[in-house]
Amino acid sequence: MTTILRIAVQVFKECVRDRVFYNLVLFAVLLIGVSLLLGQMTAGQEVKIIKDLGLAATSVFGLFIAIFIGIGLVSKEVERRSIYSVLAKPVTRTQLVLGKYVGLQLTLAVNVAIMTIALYGVLAFYSWTTPALAKQAWEGPALDPAILKASYLILVELSVVTAIAVVFSTYSSALLSAVFTFGLAVAGQFSADLKNFESIVDSRALVWFLRGIYYVLPNLASFDVKLQVVHQLPVTASYLAWATMYAAVYVGALLIIAVVIFSKRDFK
Amino acid sequence: MTLLDRPAGRIALLFGALLLLATAAGLQAMRDARFQTDQPAREVLYVQSPAAVSRLALSYDALASDIYWIRAIQHFGRTRLNKDDASDDYTLLFPLLDLCTSLDPYFNIAYRFGAIFLSEPPPGGPGQPELAIRLLQKGLVARPTKWEYLQDIGFVHYWFRQDYKAAAEWFDRAAKVPNAPWWLKPLAAHTLASGGDRQSSRMLYRALAQSDENEFMKKDAQRRLRQLDALDQVDQLNRIVSTVKEKGAVAPFTWERFIRSHILRRVPTDPDGFPYRLDEQTGSVTVNPASSLNPLPTEPQRASGTPPA
Repeated sequence: MTTILRIAVQVFKECVRDRVFYNLVLFAVLLIGVSLLLGQMTAGQEVKIIKDLGLAATSVFGLFIAIFIGIGLVSKEVERRSIYSVLAKPVTRTQLVLGKYVGLQLTLAVNVAIMTIALYGVLAFYSWTTPALAKQAWEGPALDPAILKASYLILVELSVVTAIAVVFSTYSSALLSAVFTFGLAVAGQFSADLKNFESIVDSRALVWFLRGIYYVLPNLASFDVKLQVVHQLPVTASYLAWATMYAAVYVGALLIIAVVIFSKRDFK
Repeated sequence: MTLLDRPAGRIALLFGALLLLATAAGLQAMRDARFQTDQPAREVLYVQSPAAVSRLALSYDALASDIYWIRAIQHFGRTRLNKDDASDDYTLLFPLLDLCTSLDPYFNIAYRFGAIFLSEPPPGGPGQPELAIRLLQKGLVARPTKWEYLQDIGFVHYWFRQDYKAAAEWFDRAAKVPNAPWWLKPLAAHTLASGGDRQSSRMLYRALAQSDENEFMKKDAQRRLRQLDALDQVDQLNRIVSTVKEKGAVAPFTWERFIRSHILRRVPTDPDGFPYRLDEQTGSVTVNPASSLNPLPTEPQRASGTPPA
């Protein structure tokens, strides 16, 4: 466990060194810039749009970090041949894969946390500078604690995407891993469609096959509660618990696959 | 040793790059002024299928919806400002609102403002109350207990279709929704009994102006009330001109003549401060085309079988 944490901290430091958190500056500029512009363009929907944009940007930035750093976690070590020196130390391959994964998750958690704080900051400023009468038109309070639910599920979704990236990273090149991970991340948004194919497909076998794929593919759309949060629709604690459990099980499965593939890999 | 190896050399190179960028911007400005090759592009909506857009938006439906909402407002505002240009119309307004509300089915304001935008008669809007009702009914599918949508459908029937029976039915349906305001019930009864008279219209908008929590809806209701005041004033001024005509006055009719004759003290202005227009030949009084109240609503026809107010 200590070894895994040490590797995780090392990955986090590497991310900081690689200026991954520069995206936070871009995020802050984007939010502040948009919030200044919106008053003229949205007919009283500034708060909704700031929330929509803030959550979407948190998700997009996180997704890019998860994919583009996740794919290089293991494959970069192999391509640079630094894997030999790492494995020469008292570190097992399992510890290396898990440590890399935990490190990137730590980076993503810090990233999402700072973005959420920045979003609340912009919303607080907007709320503070808006007259009470205009606030009545808002669908919900600017500083809505429910935003935390959406941010949390974004992080949970990113944990699945990172695990997918790590799996591909253990046996493929960085470029192919990026393509595969991105493809799966997109397919994960539509997996629910596969379940209902029977209405347009006659073959029972095909229907069962597609339904099988539906259960195997990650259902990433189920982590998306941005719309519900912005419109004050209920996102229950039991749903959050279900989503967390689903992600944990899925990530567990993916990391086992990654560890198995990596343990069998010959670096000669 | 190259320029890049010395700090001063690097600064000089950066300065050179900035200079070149500034020159490029200058050349661009020169091209715009001299050649005018860029014609203003007509607005295009490349993808009109809500299902396709929803797929393309991945999990960012809400953000895509916001973009379509901003486009809808801009399209409406721009077309309204260019109303003299016959080539400009509101053809994209409904598709934009349809996409916006398909991507975010809970986008309350898109339904409510959208219905107002769509219903507004030309040149201030496309004059499509049927599409406004369709949009609001789509909102009801997402939120069946949203009494505001039922009330708004009633408004569209009342004000833009002059169908007071249908309006009363929708107000009544709205009144039955839990937490609906108390005044919807008497409004439904009043609309059925005497819909169409200016007084009941005034009652309708006064209720909305006092009750609606949304600033835009409130302002719209206040504008409607000022339009009703303007209709009253136009009637009054037309009566004055008729009286003068009956006494033998002939064209040209001008406000200065009325002021000189001490019939009016000053040039009459509408509630927004724009002088009324007096037709020199016919003496007919209308609202100023530049006024924010123009066009005045088509005077609702009285519900059949009801005595005049």
